[in-house]
Amino acid sequence: MDWAYFLQQLINGLTLGAIYGLIAIGYTMVYGIIGMINFAHGEIYMIGAFHSLITFLICQAAGISGILPLTLLLMLFVSMILTSIYGWGVERVAYRPLRGSFRLAALISAIGMSIFLQNFVQISQGARVKPMQPLIEGGITLMRSPNFDVQLSYMQIIIILLTFVLMVVFSTLIAKTSLGRAQRACEQDRTMAGLLGVNVDRTISTTFVMGAALASVAGMMVTLYYGVIDFYIGFLAGVKAFTAAVLGGIGSLPGAMLGGLLIGLIEAFWSGYLTIEYKDVATFGILVLVLIFRPWGLLGKPEVEKV
Amino acid sequence: MSMLKIEGVHTFYGNIEALRGIDMEVNEGEIVTLIGANGAGKTTLLMTCCGSPQATKGRILFEGQDISRMPTHEICHLGIQQSPEGRRIFPRMSVHENLQMGASTQDPKYFDDDLEMVFDLFPRLKERISQRAGTMSGGEQQMLAIGRALMGRPRLLLLDEPSLGIAPLVVKQIFETIKKINREKKVTVFLVEQNAFHALKLAHRGYVMVNGNITLSGTGAELLANPEVRAAYLEGGH
Ligand SMILES: Nc1ncnc2c1ncn2[C@@H]1O[C@H](COP(=O)(O)OP(=O)(O)O)[C@@H](O)[C@H]1O
Ligand SMILES: [Mg+2]
Repeated sequence: MDWAYFLQQLINGLTLGAIYGLIAIGYTMVYGIIGMINFAHGEIYMIGAFHSLITFLICQAAGISGILPLTLLLMLFVSMILTSIYGWGVERVAYRPLRGSFRLAALISAIGMSIFLQNFVQISQGARVKPMQPLIEGGITLMRSPNFDVQLSYMQIIIILLTFVLMVVFSTLIAKTSLGRAQRACEQDRTMAGLLGVNVDRTISTTFVMGAALASVAGMMVTLYYGVIDFYIGFLAGVKAFTAAVLGGIGSLPGAMLGGLLIGLIEAFWSGYLTIEYKDVATFGILVLVLIFRPWGLLGKPEVEKV
Repeated sequence: MSMLKIEGVHTFYGNIEALRGIDMEVNEGEIVTLIGANGAGKTTLLMTCCGSPQATKGRILFEGQDISRMPTHEICHLGIQQSPEGRRIFPRMSVHENLQMGASTQDPKYFDDDLEMVFDLFPRLKERISQRAGTMSGGEQQMLAIGRALMGRPRLLLLDEPSLGIAPLVVKQIFETIKKINREKKVTVFLVEQNAFHALKLAHRGYVMVNGNITLSGTGAELLANPEVRAAYLEGGH
């Protein structure tokens, strides 16, 4: 066994998993609070990627792209804010009017929203692949072996660290603040939360905003990591992050993070050791298996607790 | 002055008319009880007072202000708290977090004092402070539901069948506490009960609901002595 090669796949898998995990949080939180799969969430991530690219191009035109930290921070925050507005808008336009309607209505609306956003970006930004020049280059060689050097790029370090920090901050927010408590209350009993004075509509909006903000960070990191984006990247990433959320246990926050990591690792090892052509098959195979044998996922609960 | 005044209220679920023109009032400082058979519409009336569902017709005045068109969370901010049917504590939160939820409308500076006040009334909750609420017994959950409502410093407390499914000894304790809340904490109480005997003994005044209508009203003692009430709600019991 070539440990160097193994280590390299591990690093690649963690990087990918971090990105899937960030997107998966949006699926799982929205599912937790309103019990629906927000199929437009993959598109939100894609829009986040576009916002970061556009912000970069504006920085470049303004001549400040040479100041790398400033440019990166601008990309991060502008993309988070604009993408959050999209997340908020999706809920307002496509889901809130259907609240209290039958479940399928919201689901159909979600799929419609997803198609709409994809087409909107295709038309407004063009269908061609958009290149992003590499901003953060280089890395560390962790290990040298006769036929293979293990590389940890600076970009990978940033992705893994930033994801880790965001997840810690986010988990703390949910566990410790009154906003997080209100979100969990709405998850468990929305009517009761309202009776206690929680503005349920606003809490749901906040959940969409948070999910979109995290997805936009994932979008920005993918833009920087792979260097190309197009209007279609939301679909595949969305389905994979959704799989991650289901694998971890839909509705469970640690589950989404764990599921994301596992999907990233599986994909990396599958491509590294088996065949790169069929790497998506691995993810979807997992989705099918989980749905058949353990639909509540790894960290989810098999049934609702007695109240 | 009446604190809560319900005028000609109709409430529908789809096209089922659950309330058919309710008129009643609760005065400041009182304990008022509403009794009636299962399915009469008692829960619907309490929930309509909180705007969930909203009344289709009629007005609900709280301290003179019409709240019948207000969203639920705003009504709560006016000082109306409910311990609803089925208790509806948050099962996957700790007792402490449930009480924090109760204090959602309040300035955090009151929290510690209010917590002490609730623990005074229900010492059991203090022992269970970090337990997951869903794993507590029915009686403890009921105490939590009332305690949670009190954390919101209500002026009007709505209680929906606090005795349902609870051991008789605990029921007695809970009714004692309701009396204490009313006397000592000066909270006006609107109590819905199927346990008519206990409720009427406790209450200053009472109403009887049948099929979405109020059919009788009077002081607790009057209703207790009323032959109709005795036949329908008290026979065989106690
Ligand atoms: N969510 C609901 N949807 C439809 N009908 C309901 C709903 N809740 C209650 N009802 C109906 O309204 C009537 C009054 O119910 P309820 O207010 O729960 O009575 P009570 O509390 O006196 O037992 C009943 O006929 C009940 O079936
Ligand atoms: Mg009832």
